[in-house]
Amino acid sequence: MDLITKSRELLETGAVKAVIGFEAGRRGTVRPAFVREAAKASTLVFDERCTQNLAAYLTRREVKRMGRVAVAAAPDTLRALLQLMAERQVKEEEVLPLAVAADGTVTELPCAADVEAHLALQAKELKAADRELLAKLDAMSREERWAYWQKELSRCVKCYACRNACPMCYCAHCTMDCNRPQWVPVASHALGNLEYHMVRAMHLAGRCVECGDCGRACPVGIPVHLLAFHCQESVHAQFGQRAGTSAKLDYALSTFRPDDKETFIR
Amino acid sequence: MAETRFLPSESLDTFVKALRRDGRRVLAPTARDGRAELNPVEAAAEIDLEGLQTALSAKETVFPKVERILEYSLSGGGVDLRDVAPKAEPTVLLGVRPCDAAGFGALDAVFNWDTRDRFFNARREALAIVAVACTRADDACFCTSVGGGPGSTAGSDILLTPVQGGFLAELVTEKGAALAALCPDAFRPDPGLEKKVADLPMAFDHAALTASLQGRFEDPLWERQSLRCLGCGACAFVCPSCVCFDLVEEADAREGRRLRTWDTCGTALFTLHASGHNPRESQAQRWRQRVYHKFSYYPERYGRLGCVGCGKCTRACPVDMDLQEHLLEAAQA
Ligand code: SF4
Ligand code: SF4
Ligand code: SF4
Ligand code: SF4
Repeated sequence: MDLITKSRELLETGAVKAVIGFEAGRRGTVRPAFVREAAKASTLVFDERCTQNLAAYLTRREVKRMGRVAVAAAPDTLRALLQLMAERQVKEEEVLPLAVAADGTVTELPCAADVEAHLALQAKELKAADRELLAKLDAMSREERWAYWQKELSRCVKCYACRNACPMCYCAHCTMDCNRPQWVPVASHALGNLEYHMVRAMHLAGRCVECGDCGRACPVGIPVHLLAFHCQESVHAQFGQRAGTSAKLDYALSTFRPDDKETFIR
Repeated sequence: MAETRFLPSESLDTFVKALRRDGRRVLAPTARDGRAELNPVEAAAEIDLEGLQTALSAKETVFPKVERILEYSLSGGGVDLRDVAPKAEPTVLLGVRPCDAAGFGALDAVFNWDTRDRFFNARREALAIVAVACTRADDACFCTSVGGGPGSTAGSDILLTPVQGGFLAELVTEKGAALAALCPDAFRPDPGLEKKVADLPMAFDHAALTASLQGRFEDPLWERQSLRCLGCGACAFVCPSCVCFDLVEEADAREGRRLRTWDTCGTALFTLHASGHNPRESQAQRWRQRVYHKFSYYPERYGRLGCVGCGKCTRACPVDMDLQEHLLEAAQA
């Protein structure tokens, strides 16, 4: 069954209150769409342009209030969904993921185990451009890397599009927004920008599903996603686990195992 | 005044150098690092006039993303409070689009509404604008629907319109004429060339939109339009006419400073009261505020719109909240 037919059916039977997917925009764009009536299902599209991580909507109050929703999910959206489940932000019964295959057929993945099994068959690969830039950054000396990020971050206007687009940045009260007391300078100056991006990268280490949406959202083109990717890759290298692979994943940076290879804690 | 001259392409560099020699910073669109930004330039060759728009607007020249407005230090039980002089370098904005130039009018309306803002005005007075008319528009552009246009002179001191072999230079203001006078040889007499700019049909009638907003405050339209909005601030931060700011203090036990930073009505925290109550608690209410502020409250209060139709917000929005499309819907409904 294709996405439109499936969505129509789910809305008609009342199995879900809304289908979150994509619709075509006016300018050759695609964008997130919330289809709440069966008659509107025909506006849904799903093609290679539909890369945005729709899981970012699943933790929003407006969406939670709708009731059970279906989501037309690319692999990155599914990864984020699993991670959100692992972090107890989304319950299995709240979301019905619809995996859309290249030929347009839709598979319902009603429980987390189905999502895990589905994802196990999809290799997670970074985009070539991201891999190249990451390798280039790794090859730089500390000083060069520092200069690179200083220059990039000087462009940041602290609009927080990167944070708001990120499915894993769901805190209702973000440290960045606290001004009494200020934990991190609110202003978009050198220190404020650096601290914001360091804090965000650290908060995502071990939790980032590497969808790259933060970088894509940035209006001034800063590849901020690479900061999160780098931390994520380090956690993977050190602890051997990847975010978004299981709905029951302990957070690498806050769990302790007696057989931990580090010795400092014994 | 609006005297028209001809500026041959090769004389643009003479003009830039004359401005630099006169001690002015020249900010122009560049394509460094593959990004369309405003940067200081030394020569015309560095300027990118091919790109239609820079991602950020030119408002930073008068309303920087962060500005120090006072400083203090504490010692021996006393407080030493100091005013900060506005950092107002003589600057020429060269090569911005007419919509960006028009944005200064919208900023002016707010910063000089009841009090004259010292920082804004100092920077504004030190600024001259040489805009370049558009010979093409993209599908995010809607300047003609909000009273502007690809060849509009509003807000510019000089408007350059590309023509065969160079530019027609309209010296719109005294300030503009004074700039041209810095290199009299570069600006030749107008050979009577015809001005041809992009053809951008009006998408909606802004007066009808403003009128239609009168009874639409509770319309379900806002919720429908805004469900996908992430509530980030990208649209406001790139906008040439968004003026919201926050005042924050950075201090330790000995000294501190007060800063003015950009802020936006698009975020939940913007209207959160100390009591915990938030009068605009949903994203739909915040999106509605954005539309009403620009297209209803501005005309009511300042007799002009708070949008210049540049479409920067539309291009910057990670979820394609296409402003023109949404306004069209609001104007028609
Ligand atoms: S989206 Fe870009 S400009 Fe906005 S806060 Fe993030 S890095 Fe800064
Ligand atoms: S309209 Fe777009 S840019 Fe503006 S707050 Fe919403 S998501 Fe962000
Ligand atoms: S609201 Fe959008 S189109 Fe209007 S002036 Fe601002 S950025 Fe430009
Ligand atoms: S909105 Fe109008 S003035 Fe601005 S870039 Fe487009 S055509 Fe030019």
